[in-house]
Amino acid sequence: MSFFTSSIGRKVVMSITGLFLISFLIVHLAVNLLTLVSKDLFNEASHFMGTNPFIQTMQYVLALGFILHISQGLILTMKNRQARPQKYAMNKPETNSGISSRSMLLTGVLVLLFIFIHLRDYLWEMKFGNLGGYETDYDLVVGLFDDPIYTAVYVLSFILLAFHLNHGFQSAFQSIGVNHPKYTSFLKTLSTVFCIFVGVGFSAISLYFFFN
Amino acid sequence: MKLTLKIWRQADPQAKGETVTYPVNDISPDMSFLEMMDVLNEELVNKGEEPVAFDHDCREGICGMCSMYINGEAHGPDRGITTCQLHMRKFKDGDTIYIEPWRAKAFPVIKDLVVDRNSFDRIMEAGGFVSVNTSGNTQDANAIPIPKEDADEAFDAATCIGCGACVASCKNSSAMLFVSAKVSQLALLPQGKVEAKRRVLNMVEQMDKEGFGNCTNTGACEVECPKGISLSNIARMNREYLSASLTAKD
Repeated sequence: MSFFTSSIGRKVVMSITGLFLISFLIVHLAVNLLTLVSKDLFNEASHFMGTNPFIQTMQYVLALGFILHISQGLILTMKNRQARPQKYAMNKPETNSGISSRSMLLTGVLVLLFIFIHLRDYLWEMKFGNLGGYETDYDLVVGLFDDPIYTAVYVLSFILLAFHLNHGFQSAFQSIGVNHPKYTSFLKTLSTVFCIFVGVGFSAISLYFFFN
Repeated sequence: MKLTLKIWRQADPQAKGETVTYPVNDISPDMSFLEMMDVLNEELVNKGEEPVAFDHDCREGICGMCSMYINGEAHGPDRGITTCQLHMRKFKDGDTIYIEPWRAKAFPVIKDLVVDRNSFDRIMEAGGFVSVNTSGNTQDANAIPIPKEDADEAFDAATCIGCGACVASCKNSSAMLFVSAKVSQLALLPQGKVEAKRRVLNMVEQMDKEGFGNCTNTGACEVECPKGISLSNIARMNREYLSASLTAKD
């Protein structure tokens, strides 16, 4: 069990749960993009996600993934802060590392706050509420983006998510020991492409319904 | 050159410590940073003040003793060097230079800019060795064939001088680059493979005990390392640790 409390063990947990959350993001984005295709298709997909026994089971695995990722992240951050009790009077981290890698806690916590809002307004309404008074899942998705502030909060959150993913995706491979002269530079490029795709993909949906 | 130095002064490990400002004049751009410190200290001694304590030994970039955090970077603004190889021409006349000790819980300040890096030695004692019988019948080194790539990689890892710039630069004060270099230099070679599992488990355990932080893959260590030790060593240590944890029998 000492593995899970060791520095590397905790990083492996961060990595595996992070990659699992990324797989969820891909499915989530794929379903959401259907809103741009047709109302019926999205409602059908949404119904499938809400009733399929496999997806329903995976919901709990997903929740566990979130809990592990967040709790380990907080524990690691706490330990990392304790490792340097006295700060530098003059420090230039920008000369040796990227902004997204240095702001994982900040982007992570802000994305988490966004997830709370998002779960309240969507998942809660779809599972336990009355769809916020809207007729179908599609109408709920479209309806909430009438509000410019709501749309802005979403787009901002997606930008923060993209920063989190930019470092997180490729870093997850390094943490489990996947580093190879042939593939690492490809993984880093893929990480950037993927984070832009996710950020732009989700934002596009919000903005499309705000302007239409 | 005229410079304003803002130097961390701390009388002993328990003292609170503070940043003290010292103006220095007549600094030649051809001086090394340590020579500039020598000039300052000579002035302080002549004035009857306590000179600034700082680590230094070989002054040719191979011992890893000099350990200053200069203007927000380990070993100053230049790359691939230690502080003794940093020249004053890297600075401009009239510059203000902050000089601080390595900051990490596992590297407590002994005095001024001198830190205690024995935590690195304790990590080495935990597993950074190979057990070889020295009965007098030493085997010919070339009797064990080693692929050129492995030998090169092991040698690259072995160039680590244990200066601690990785820890100082890491936002988490993590020692992963150092420990991974030491794990790699042995794990890559046949003689080191015998004890590879125990080694990585023990060294990582000691690293955690010493109070170093955790790696978040920012890559700052690799950039600031005077010997250019690669992040791929950290990945290798992660692999070694993962497989050793899964398969070690005790």
